Amino acid sequence: MTDSTTSPLLVSTDPVLAEFAEDVGTSEPVAVAGGRTRWELGGALGPGTRIVTAPSGIVDYQPEEMTVRVRAGTSVAELHDELAAKGQRTGLPERGGTIGGALVVGENDYRCLGRGRLRETLLQVRYVSAEGLMVNSGGPTVKNVSGFDLPRLMVGSLGTLGLIAEVILRTNPIPAVSRWFCAAGADPGAVGEALLAPSAVLADGQQTWVELEGHGADVDEQAARLRTVGSFEVVDGPPSFPPHRWSLTPGQALEVDDAMLGDHVTIVGVGLVFASEPQPRRSIEPNIAIVSDRIKSNFDPTGRLNPGRNPAQK
Amino acid sequence: MLAGMRNRFSRRTETSGDPFVDALRGALSPERVKFDGAHRSLHSHDASVFDGGNSGPVVYPETTAEVQAVVRLANDYDRNVVPRGAGTGLAGGAIPLGAPVVVAVTRMNAVLEIDPINMVAWVEPGVINLDLTKHLQPFGFHFAPDPSSQQVCTIGGNVANNSGGPHCLAYGVTNAHVVALEVVLPSGDVVMLGGLEAEPQGLDLRGVFVGSEGTLGITTRVAVRLTKNRPEVRTLLLSFATVSDAANTVSGVIAAGIVPAAMEVMDQRITQAVENYVGAGYPLDAAAVLLAEVDGLADGVDIDADRIAEIGRANGATAVRLAESDQERALLWKGRKTAFGAIAQIAPDYYLHDTVVPRSALAGVLEEIYAIADRHDLLIMNVFHAGDGNLHPLIIFDARHEGVLDRVHAAGADIITASLDAGGVLSGEHGIGVEKQQYMERMFSADDLDHQNRLRQGFDPGCRTNPGKVIPSGHSCADIQSLRAVPNEVWG
Ligand SMILES: Cc1cc2nc3c(=O)[nH]c(=O)nc-3n(C[C@H](O)[C@H](O)[C@H](O)COP(=O)(O)OP(=O)(O)OC[C@H]3O[C@@H](n4cnc5c(N)ncnc54)[C@H](O)[C@@H]3O)c2cc1C
Ligand SMILES: Cc1cc2nc3c(=O)[nH]c(=O)nc-3n(C[C@H](O)[C@H](O)[C@H](O)COP(=O)(O)OP(=O)(O)OC[C@H]3O[C@@H](n4cnc5c(N)ncnc54)[C@H](O)[C@@H]3O)c2cc1C
Repeated sequence: MTDSTTSPLLVSTDPVLAEFAEDVGTSEPVAVAGGRTRWELGGALGPGTRIVTAPSGIVDYQPEEMTVRVRAGTSVAELHDELAAKGQRTGLPERGGTIGGALVVGENDYRCLGRGRLRETLLQVRYVSAEGLMVNSGGPTVKNVSGFDLPRLMVGSLGTLGLIAEVILRTNPIPAVSRWFCAAGADPGAVGEALLAPSAVLADGQQTWVELEGHGADVDEQAARLRTVGSFEVVDGPPSFPPHRWSLTPGQALEVDDAMLGDHVTIVGVGLVFASEPQPRRSIEPNIAIVSDRIKSNFDPTGRLNPGRNPAQK
Repeated sequence: MLAGMRNRFSRRTETSGDPFVDALRGALSPERVKFDGAHRSLHSHDASVFDGGNSGPVVYPETTAEVQAVVRLANDYDRNVVPRGAGTGLAGGAIPLGAPVVVAVTRMNAVLEIDPINMVAWVEPGVINLDLTKHLQPFGFHFAPDPSSQQVCTIGGNVANNSGGPHCLAYGVTNAHVVALEVVLPSGDVVMLGGLEAEPQGLDLRGVFVGSEGTLGITTRVAVRLTKNRPEVRTLLLSFATVSDAANTVSGVIAAGIVPAAMEVMDQRITQAVENYVGAGYPLDAAAVLLAEVDGLADGVDIDADRIAEIGRANGATAVRLAESDQERALLWKGRKTAFGAIAQIAPDYYLHDTVVPRSALAGVLEEIYAIADRHDLLIMNVFHAGDGNLHPLIIFDARHEGVLDRVHAAGADIITASLDAGGVLSGEHGIGVEKQQYMERMFSADDLDHQNRLRQGFDPGCRTNPGKVIPSGHSCADIQSLRAVPNEVWG
C-alpha cells in the first residue's frame, strides 16, 4: 500500500562514511580514538583492539534551522569556531575532544543550565554497528518522536553500542551579552533563588561565581539582584577546576564533605562537583545492569566494540 | 504464529471465573479489576481514528506494588500488558492488541513531593498535566510541556509519548523535563531509571524510556523538572494575507536567532471556527494568524517582541496586536487550546496529522498540503506548532460518505510523503503507535529498524508490553496481523 523505500534524504551516500564503515569492518575488537582526552574512562581498552578514527568535517550547517550536520571526528573547538561566526553554539563541552568522543563520554558542559544538556543536543546519529553496517537513527528536525530514541542510548554509551560516524546537532544562539561575576562569602543557594535563569553558578566554599547571559539590560537587571545577596564584582571567567568529576544531586552538592573531596568547585543547581579527590565508584542497581547488559549483547553480540569499557563504570 | 496465538487463547473460558482474572482480583481488590463488556469496549480505543483492539481485563492499580503484581501475574499466565493513561493518544498507542490486560494508572494520581532544592516534583503517572501545573503555581513553578490535551492527559502518557505543546519551543519537550522514572519492567522488577544526580551511571535508560509508547514497561513514579515561572510575558497576534507569509515570518524569527517561548499558526478556517466557539478575538478576515509569545525579563521580552513584530511586518503582516492584559493573553491562548474542540463541534469526523519539516520548508509544504486536499477533494485545516516546524494538518470529513475514508488515508500518505521529501520526519509528538508503523520504512532502513527492535528487546525480550506497536511487522514484537487476529470470542 505504501511505497516502502526509505526517503533518499535519510540514506547516507557519503563515501567518507562508507569508508569508515569499511575500516570498522565486521570482526575483531575495534575502538575509535578521538582526542584521547577521556581515553581511560570506563576501564582500560582490551588488548589487541584495533584503533580507527572517525571521519571529520562539517557537512551541512544551517544557521537558520539551528542545526548542523557534522562528522564525529571533528573537534568540538573547530565546530564551535564555525558556529560562532554565525552567532551560535552547542551544548557540547569544549576541552580538546572530538564531537563523537564528547557524545559517547556524555559529560555535560559545566554551564549546561545556560547551554542545555549534552543529551538534548543530539538530533540524529549515524553509527557503524558491530556488524559493520551504517545505522541511522533520530532525525534531522528539532522535534521528532519517530520510533525509539537511539540517539539517547548513544549519548554516554562510551562507544560500546556503535561507533559514531556523523551526527546532526541542535545549535543555540549565543546571547548578546555573557558576563561573569564573583563574590566572597555569598550563599550559593540564595544566589540561585534570586536569579531567573543564570547560565552557571559555581562555588568553592569561599567564593561564588555566576555567569549571566542575555540581552544587556536583562543582564544588568539580574546583576543588580545578584548584588542584593553578595558583593559581586565582574570577573573574566570561572576559576580553574580540580581534575576529578563528582556526580551528585544538586542538594548533596551544596553540602559536600571537604575532607572527602579536597579542593572543589561545585556547579550549583546541577550537582556536578570538580574535586581534587576522585569520586568513589558508584554502584548500579542489579536489575538495571540486567537490562543494560542485554542491550549491549543485542547491539554487540561478540563484544567487539570498545572492549574493556563499561559506561556504568565511568 | 496465527495458529499459535489461537491455541494460546482458545484454552481460556469466557466466564468471569477465568483463573487469570481471579488471580488479578486476588492481587488488587475485586472492584478494581473490570471484565465486563462495557469496560473492555471503552478501553479498546484511544482518541485516534483507528479501529479498536481487543481488551482483556482492565485493572486500576493504586500502588507500584499492585502494578508489579499485575505484571508478574501476566507473566505467569502468559498474557500481554498495555499501560494506559487518559486514552487521549492520537496514534493508537494505548489500543490493546492481542487481548492484553489493560493497566489503567488513572488512580495513581498524587503529587507526592515538591523538592525545590533539587528542582523536581515526584508525581504518580495518573496525575493530569494541567493539575500538576496548577499544583506547582503557588510555589512559583510549572511543568513546561503543555499539550493541547493538558486538561485530561496524564504525566504517564506524556512520558510515554514524549509529548510536546506550544511552550516546548523554548523549553523542550517532555524528555527534557523528566529527571527520573520508577518503572515496573516487563520482567516485573521495579527499577529507578535516571536519577537526581547530575550524571547518572551507565546507559541513559531514562532517555530511551521517554517516548517509547508504553512498550518498555510501566512508569509508576516520575521526577519532573520544575520550571520557574517567568516574571514577564508578551503575547503577540500577527495577521497575514497568506499562510506563506505567516510561515515565512516563523522561519525569519528563528533565523534571526530568537527562540520565543511559543509560535503557533492557525489558518483562516480554524480561526473562524474558534471565533464562533469561544470568541477569542481573532480576526476573521486573515488568511492566517501567528500567535507568538516571549517570556523572561522585562527588557528582553520587549526587545524580542518588537523584533518579532518587525519581522512579521517585513513578511507582510497586515496587523500586529500585543495583548494588553493577562485576560487578553488568556483569551488568545484559549482560542488556540480549544481549536480541536471547536472543530469537533462542527465536523462529523476529523483526522489530526502530525509531521515535522525544517522551518524554512514550512511555507512550501503548507502549499503542497492545500493542494493535496484539493486533489483528494477533502477539507484540510492547519493549526500547528510552527516554531519547531511541527505541522498538524486536520482533515475534516464525514465517514458516512462512501469512499471518503480511502481518500482520507490517501491524503494522509501524501502529507507524509510531502513532509519527508522536504527533509522532515514522521511524527513530532503523537508518536508512531499503530498509525505510522507502515511508514517507518520510509524513514528507516531494515537495519535501522532492527536496531530499534534490539533496544526494545533489551527491556522486553518476550515482547509482552504493548506488543504490535511502533516497529512495523517483519520485526519481532510487531506481528500486528496475528495480534489483530485474536478471535473476538476469546474474551466474550
Ligand atoms: C583536562 C581535561 C579537562 C576536561 N574538562 C572537561 C569539562 O570541564 N567538562 C567536560 O564536559 N568535559 C571535560 N573534559 C572531557 C572531554 O573534553 C570530552 O569528554 C571529550 O570531548 C572527549 O572526546 P575525545 O575525543 O577526547 O574522546 P577520547 O578520549 O578519544 O575517547 C573517549 C572514549 O570515547 C570513545 N570514542 C571516541 N570517539 C568515538 C566515536 N566517534 N564513536 C564511538 N566511540 C568513540 C573512545 O573509544 C573512548 O572510549 C575534559 C578533558 C580533559 C583532558
Ligand atoms: C484534542 C487533543 C489534543 C492533543 N494535543 C496534543 C499536543 O498538543 N501535543 C502532544 O504531544 N499531544 C497531543 N495530543 C495527544 C495526547 O494527548 C498525548 O499523546 C498525551 O500525552 C497522551 O496522554 P494519555 O494520558 O491520554 O495517554 P494514553 O493515550 O492513555 O496513552 C498513550 C501512550 O502512553 C502509554 N502509557 C500511558 N501511561 C503509561 C505509563 N504509566 N507507563 C508507560 N506507558 C504509558 C500507552 O501505552 C500509550 O502507548 C492531543 C490529543 C487530543 C485528543
